[in-house]
Amino acid sequence: MQIEMRGIDKSFGSNAVLKNAGFLLDHGEIHALMGENGAGKSTLMKILTGVYTRDAGTVIVDGQEVCYQNPQEAEKAGIVFIHQELNVLFDLTVEENMFLGKEIKKAFGVCDKKAMRQEVEKILDKLGVKIDPAQRMSELSVGQQQMIEIAKALMVDAKVIIMDEPTAALTQSETDVLFEVVKSLKAKGVSIVYISHRMEEIFYLCDRITILRDGSYIGTKKIADTDMNDVVKMMIGREIGERYPVRDVKIGDVVLEVKGLTCPGVFKDVNFQVHAGEVLGVSGLMGAGRTEIMQAIFGNMSHVTGSLYLNGQEIKNKSPQAAMANGLGFITEDRKVEGLMLEESIMKNISLANLGKISKAGVLNKQEEKELVQKGIEEVHIKCTGPQHECNNLSGGNQQKVVFAKWIHTNPKVLILDEPTRGVDIGAKKEIYNIINDLAAQGVAIIMVSSELPEVLGMSDRIMVVREGVVRGCLAKEKANQENIMILATGGDLDEK
Amino acid sequence: MKNKKINFQDFGALIALILLVVVIGIFSPEFRTPSNFLSLLRQSSINGLIAFGMTCVILTGGIDLSVGSVLALTTALCAGFISNGMPVGVAMILSLILGTAFGAISGFMVTKGRLQPFIATLITMTVFRGLTLIYMNGKPISNLGSSSLLKFVGKGSVLGIPFPVILFIVVFIVFMFVLEKTTFGRRVYATGSNAQAAKLAGVNINKTKLITYAISGCMAALSGLILLSRLGSAQPTLGDGYELDAIASVALGGTSMNGGRGRIWGTFVGVLIIAVLNNGLNILGVSSYYQDVVKGIVILIAVLSDRKR
Repeated sequence: MQIEMRGIDKSFGSNAVLKNAGFLLDHGEIHALMGENGAGKSTLMKILTGVYTRDAGTVIVDGQEVCYQNPQEAEKAGIVFIHQELNVLFDLTVEENMFLGKEIKKAFGVCDKKAMRQEVEKILDKLGVKIDPAQRMSELSVGQQQMIEIAKALMVDAKVIIMDEPTAALTQSETDVLFEVVKSLKAKGVSIVYISHRMEEIFYLCDRITILRDGSYIGTKKIADTDMNDVVKMMIGREIGERYPVRDVKIGDVVLEVKGLTCPGVFKDVNFQVHAGEVLGVSGLMGAGRTEIMQAIFGNMSHVTGSLYLNGQEIKNKSPQAAMANGLGFITEDRKVEGLMLEESIMKNISLANLGKISKAGVLNKQEEKELVQKGIEEVHIKCTGPQHECNNLSGGNQQKVVFAKWIHTNPKVLILDEPTRGVDIGAKKEIYNIINDLAAQGVAIIMVSSELPEVLGMSDRIMVVREGVVRGCLAKEKANQENIMILATGGDLDEK
Repeated sequence: MKNKKINFQDFGALIALILLVVVIGIFSPEFRTPSNFLSLLRQSSINGLIAFGMTCVILTGGIDLSVGSVLALTTALCAGFISNGMPVGVAMILSLILGTAFGAISGFMVTKGRLQPFIATLITMTVFRGLTLIYMNGKPISNLGSSSLLKFVGKGSVLGIPFPVILFIVVFIVFMFVLEKTTFGRRVYATGSNAQAAKLAGVNINKTKLITYAISGCMAALSGLILLSRLGSAQPTLGDGYELDAIASVALGGTSMNGGRGRIWGTFVGVLIIAVLNNGLNILGVSSYYQDVVKGIVILIAVLSDRKR
């Protein structure tokens, strides 16, 4: 199937989201769509699939001008959109999810379970994944849920599949499986539109790449004819220089020492140290227990044994409150679920972790609050209309900056970052790296959990690799590379090599 | 700046209130007398105090169905204490402490027991009502003597303003202060807005929730004291269904039932709407069978008009 979108305009109220956007998708190719957050990638795809109607422009599918009124029409034509936030019902089974709204029925509306089971098994087989159709969706990993979404697309015989940040929540091995599936789909003549921020993936997987900026079409390149710097330049309209800014900080004494941290069935005998001014990267596959270890250090897990030492003194973090009182800060993996009150203002979010500082005897000092928040906004360069700006209306990068601002003012001695740049565009990523470097320069000990290997390698002084709840090794910056991290993370041994 | 803070959610209920007052006022000269307004405010204080406590609970994302039963049990105990010769002042204070404790029991079940608020307070609602009936053996307690303090709480007035009205307004101001200006207030909103994020930002969400249920229980007991004073006796069925009027007032005031969003002064307006409806429909001579239907419809319209967009 060939799709041509030309001169697409779209405004929401007075806000022009797309101005002369478009792209050309060929039969059986994997086409990357790139741009910073807010560049209009998702909006363009939503127009293609009939979620939104366009204000101007043409969409031509296989030589015919079309205008789908809703996603169902697009689906019927063979165009399926797999959204970033997966569209699954967690309490239903795989089978029920796949046939939702299109159940195979016998007389009187009774579901034909046998026929549906066969159909599901056939499709899962075709995909080459082993998932029990009777399992509840909530029991599957995110990677498996993603596969179910793809299976759903195949079920309606999709000719074009649009994937929005499909690997954002996947482990490396799940990503590998996904890529195999995507390639096999391509071989069968299915075209894939692949939206992602991950440069490495795009250069590995895609055939061509179209770049949007500020809602406009910038250009299309063959992957073979371009490189990452070129793409970044097109995306942001200027050069950003080094992706990972250099940090020149003298590393000080041990600030936090973790000894024998154990949580039965989750992680075992975790030992490590972090120094003042140091960034300790923590790598490992999804589900290796990295997040859990950090949650335990921050006092947000029960049944944990082992000891923590801050500047040589033993501390007990029985709750997040206690951890904060001891000088720890924690920027969580999922800012929407654990980091922010999305419907609240920037001000209320930043002050939440600093209530003690801006109050006396439990009464808030609004003036101090305003000053603190204003300072926070300026320090981390949050792009907003002011302290009252609702967090929902901020881009991912700016939301993450709010979380940083919230924690910086607690003056942490140790700051734990769990996936600090997930869902953040390239420009904002660099700003966040700069914030991390500034904090390190002030002597904060930083622990950074990240699933993006280039990020871990680019930002860390040392890299600790976790596998199945056990620390497999700690690599110095000079010795670390993608390969030996992956060997440790997947259960190999460096010595054997 | 100030203008920005007043959003339409607050306006919707206020407009509904003004419309109601004007419409009923046009039809009934009796309604629009100052003395009726004062008695209307006095009537609203009972539901008002409960609704303020309820607002705190709902802001954390919970609900308290037990308020009517807490009210009944605390007034029964208070009446029992007084009839057994306990000084009235002491009995009243004890009643407030007990109300707080009863609320805390619900709170404990919600936090430590990890029961859903609806279920936890459904249990306490049932049990407290049962305990009330057991304690009173199903019969009212009315030998309360002639304490002037007891009379004053429900029937007294200062400078011509009934004491329950003064109490209502003072408590309103205290709640407004606590929710808007204190760290506790901020924690209440944060807990309802995103409990997980609040916890990781160092908020003790269990303690915060527990306190709101305790506050709600205390307010129910306080409201019960006014009733006890006005009626001159405690009844086993006292306060039956009061939780519904309180919840309706909170909803009318634009507070989200999911927690995290809402204003105490919205609840204040919501309480007045309920009171105006009760009072106005009575004065207009609408049959009590129809009153509930009209009330339901007004709540529906007010809540719909409150909706964002």
